[in-house]
Amino acid sequence: MGRFIILVLALAAIWLLLSGYFDKPLLLGFGAASVIFAAWLAYRARVLDDSGVPGGVFPGIFGYMIWLTFEIGKANIMVMRHALAVEPKLSPKLFTVRNPPGTNLGKVIFANSITLTPGTVSVDLRENEILVHGLTEELSDVAGINAMGERVAKIERRR
Amino acid sequence: MIDWDLARDLLSWVLFLTGGAAVVIGALGIVRFPDFFTRLHAAGVTDTAGAELIVFAMMLQAPNWLVVAKLGFIAVFLALTSPVATHAIAHAAWMTGFKPMQGPDLRYEGDGK
Repeated sequence: MGRFIILVLALAAIWLLLSGYFDKPLLLGFGAASVIFAAWLAYRARVLDDSGVPGGVFPGIFGYMIWLTFEIGKANIMVMRHALAVEPKLSPKLFTVRNPPGTNLGKVIFANSITLTPGTVSVDLRENEILVHGLTEELSDVAGINAMGERVAKIERRR
Repeated sequence: MIDWDLARDLLSWVLFLTGGAAVVIGALGIVRFPDFFTRLHAAGVTDTAGAELIVFAMMLQAPNWLVVAKLGFIAVFLALTSPVATHAIAHAAWMTGFKPMQGPDLRYEGDGK
């Protein structure tokens, strides 16, 4: 029931922000009806679980996103330098990192963070590790990526 | 006194130009990098720096807060979905047995010494 209420509130907020109607009773009524209907469908489809309504990652995810933005910026500059270099000195390699998050959601957040950072792409998800393709030796920073995984695991433990 | 409209225009122009440059550099990287997996990294530059900087620049030009919120949604959903697409392509290549070049001399595995 808690997740249902969270989903209704989140959908209502998104509806209000995307439509921009705050004072037309008829349209607001339609909006409320569609929000309830969508939430009921989600309940019926049994997707009101940890990954369907990930209430647990808030508010820790915001700090993580800000930190990740800076990491992405740094990695972007490094990859751009290689793209512009007269003779790009690439040394691509495959390596595995641990996947510490316990839930599927945490694992997806971690793997997506690796892919989102230019210079590293998660190629294969295994039981407890991720196969990563790195662009250069410098960008394939195993210790740094493992630290990122610990950060994600910490966010999901904080619930 | 600071002219806020001017400051906003200047900042958004800086973001537009750096974002546009990131898109161009990403495209250049896609052409110049040697194999499929290394090209994915160049595409990542366009996905992250290029797209997000341009969306941030548009936020600064927005006429009201509602538009800023909508652009914020676009930025968040881009950040959530573009790595999924990249991973899907990389994983498909990996599963079909496509092996990446490795090492500083860019050799395919089992490619002579």
